[in-house]
Amino acid sequence: MSDGGQGGHDWPLWEVFVRAKGGLNHRHVGSVHAPDAELAIRHARDTYTRRLEGVSLWVVPSSAITASDPEAAGELFEPAESKVYRHPTFYDIPDVVKHI
Amino acid sequence: MPSLPTIEKDVERHARNAPDGGAFDAPADVHEAAIADYVQRLGDDSLILGQRLSEWCGHAPVLEVDLSLANIALDLIGQATNFLSIAGDADRLAFHRDVLDWKNCWLVEQPNGDFARTMARQFLFSTWQHMLLQRLAESTHEGIAAVAAKAVKEVAYHRELAADWVVRLGDGTDESARRMADGLEWCWRFVPELFEVDETLAGLIERGVAADPRDFADDYRAAIAATLAEANLGQPADQRPILGGRRGHHSEHLGHLLAIMQYLPRTYPQATW
Amino acid sequence: MYTTEMSKTVKPIEVAEDPALVEAFEARVAADEFIEPKDWMPDAYRKTLVRQISQHAHSEIVGMLPEGNWITRAPSLRRKAILLAKVQDEAGHGLYLYCAAETLGTSREQMIDALHSGKAKYSTIFNYPTLTWADIGAIGWLVDGAAIMNQVPLQRTSYGPYARAMVRVCKEESFHQRQGYEIMIALANGTPEQRRMAQDALNRWWWPSLMMFGPPDDNSPNTERSMRWRIKRETNDELRQKFVDITKPQADYLGLTIPDAALAWNEEKGGHDYGEIDWEEFYAVVRGEGPVARERMEARRKAWDDGAWVRDAAAAHEAKRQAKAAA
Repeated sequence: MSDGGQGGHDWPLWEVFVRAKGGLNHRHVGSVHAPDAELAIRHARDTYTRRLEGVSLWVVPSSAITASDPEAAGELFEPAESKVYRHPTFYDIPDVVKHI
Repeated sequence: MPSLPTIEKDVERHARNAPDGGAFDAPADVHEAAIADYVQRLGDDSLILGQRLSEWCGHAPVLEVDLSLANIALDLIGQATNFLSIAGDADRLAFHRDVLDWKNCWLVEQPNGDFARTMARQFLFSTWQHMLLQRLAESTHEGIAAVAAKAVKEVAYHRELAADWVVRLGDGTDESARRMADGLEWCWRFVPELFEVDETLAGLIERGVAADPRDFADDYRAAIAATLAEANLGQPADQRPILGGRRGHHSEHLGHLLAIMQYLPRTYPQATW
Repeated sequence: MYTTEMSKTVKPIEVAEDPALVEAFEARVAADEFIEPKDWMPDAYRKTLVRQISQHAHSEIVGMLPEGNWITRAPSLRRKAILLAKVQDEAGHGLYLYCAAETLGTSREQMIDALHSGKAKYSTIFNYPTLTWADIGAIGWLVDGAAIMNQVPLQRTSYGPYARAMVRVCKEESFHQRQGYEIMIALANGTPEQRRMAQDALNRWWWPSLMMFGPPDDNSPNTERSMRWRIKRETNDELRQKFVDITKPQADYLGLTIPDAALAWNEEKGGHDYGEIDWEEFYAVVRGEGPVARERMEARRKAWDDGAWVRDAAAAHEAKRQAKAAA
C-alpha cells in the first residue's frame, strides 16, 4: 500500500477469479495491481477477459487470502485417503440390480 | 457548462457555397452525400481519438492502465472502421484525406498532455458519444444503427472508466486535483462543438438518420456535473466556443497527427500492406 | 530467450540448507511435480526463478517500445488494430509474469526498480531500433518465433505460477508470429521498395535473433542445474539450431536471403550449419551498449516517474474513502 500521498509506489495486489460461463465456478486466473476494488475489477476486465474469457469477475485483496500450510498437507489431506467408503465405487452391487 | 454554440454564419455560408471537391467516392445523390458526411464525422471522431490513445501505449502510469487505454483505443479504431466503411473504403478515407476533409471535432484531436488531460478529454467525449450512440442505435439508416448498437456498450465502459479516473484524480492529492482541473479547463471550450447542429446535420435529423445532440444537452450537463461534484471539482468557467471541425477547419494539431498516421500509404501510394 | 541467462559470470549461491529438505525438493522436481509458492524450496531456486521470471517480464515491457514505435504509423486500419492488440498483449504478459514472480516474495516495484537502476537485464533484442515498417514484420516472424520455441516448453516448468502464466502467454502469443509473417508476405510480394525494406529488416534482425537464445552451451554455466530444476527445458544451442532449421525454408518462401554465407544444409547432422555469431556484440549489448538501449531505459523510467502522481492520487483517494467509511 502506498503511503497515500508521496512516493509513487505501486498499488496493492488483488487476486482475480473469472467465471468462464454461466453454471461454472469462478476460477483463479491471476492477479492485478489496483488502488481500490472498483479499479481492480476494471483492471481485471481489461487484463483477463480480452478474449471473451468470462462473464463474471471476483477480485479479492491478496492480503485477505489465508492459505493452508503445505507442511500440514499430510494431516489435512491424507486422512481422507482411508475413507474409501465415501465413494460409490466402494460398494459391491450385483450387475442384475438396476437403477442404483 | 458552456452554452450552446453560436454558429458562425459567414463561415457556414462559405462552406455551403464551396464546391464539394474533397469527398472520396462522392455519391451523386444529395442524401447519400449527407450520410457519407455524417458517418465520416462519427468515424473521424473515433479514429482520431483512437490514434491519440494509442500514443500512450508503452508509456502509461502502470501496466494495468496501459491495458485499459489500449482497449479503449482498439474499440475506437474498430468503430471508425465500421463507420467509415459506410461511406466507402475505410482505409482510403483514413489514409488519403488531408485536413480539410477531416470532419472530427476539435476535442478528440487535442494532444494527450498528461494523464489528467487525457482522462478529461475521454470523459467529456465518451459521455457525449454514449448518449449519441444510444440514440443512433434507433437510426432509420440500418448501417448506422447497427454500428451504433455494437459501439454503445463499448462506449458505456469508456465513459465509466474515464469518470472513475476523473473522481480519483479530482479527489486524490493536491497535485492531481490541480492537474485534473487544468485538463478540464483545457478541453472545456471544445464541448459546445459537440452540440452544434449545422444544415447537413439538421437534414439528417429530420429524416431520422442522425440524432439531435441538443435533445440530450441537459442530460449531458447533468452527467458531467454529477461526476465533477463527486470529484470535488468545480465546473470550469465557460469559454468562447471553438468550432469548425465538422467543416474541416481544425487546430494545428491535426495536421501533425495526420502526417504521422498517413506517412506510409502516402509515401508509397502504389503499395498494399 | 527472454529468459536465458545473459551473463556468464553468475556466482553460485551457497546457503546452508537442510539436506533432507533439499533431497525431498529434488525428488519432487524430478518426479515432474509442481512447486507452489508456500512450498519449501532451495534459496538458489527461488533466486534463480525471480531473476529469470522478472527478466522475462522486463523483456515483455521493454519489448513494447520498438513495436509501439509503429502503432501510430501502421499503414492500414487493420494493421493498426492488430499491432496495438499485440503490443497490448505484451503489457499483459509482463503483468502476468511480474505477478508470478511476486509469489516468490519480491514485489513488482522492487523488480521495476531493479530494471530502472540497470541492475536487472532484459532481452538484448529490444535494444535494436525499428527503422521501417518491415521491422514490425521481422520482429513478429523472427523474434516472436524464437520466443515461442523457448516459451512452449516452459508451460511445463516446475514452478506452478510460472507454468500457469506461460500457458496463458503461449495461448495469446499464437497469433503474434503469424501476423508478423503475414506482413513479410505482403512486403515480399509488394513493390521494389517494399521488397527492399523486407530484405533489409531480415539483414538487421537475423543475427540479433540468433543471439536471443543466449551464450553457447559451453559458456552457459547454470544450464545443467536449470534443466534439472525444469526451469529450462532445452539448451541454448539446441534451441538455436531448431530455430535456424525452421526459419530457413520460411525465408525461402518469401524469396528473401538470410545474411549468412555459411548457412548450408548438413546432411550428416540433419540440420543447417551456420556462421559464427559475434559474441562480442552480444556481451556489449548485454552490458547496455546496444544501439538504442539508452532510449529504451529512458522511456521506461519516464513512464514510471511521470506516472507517480497518478499512482499516488488513486492511493490517496482510496485512503480518504476508507477513512470516511470508518468514521
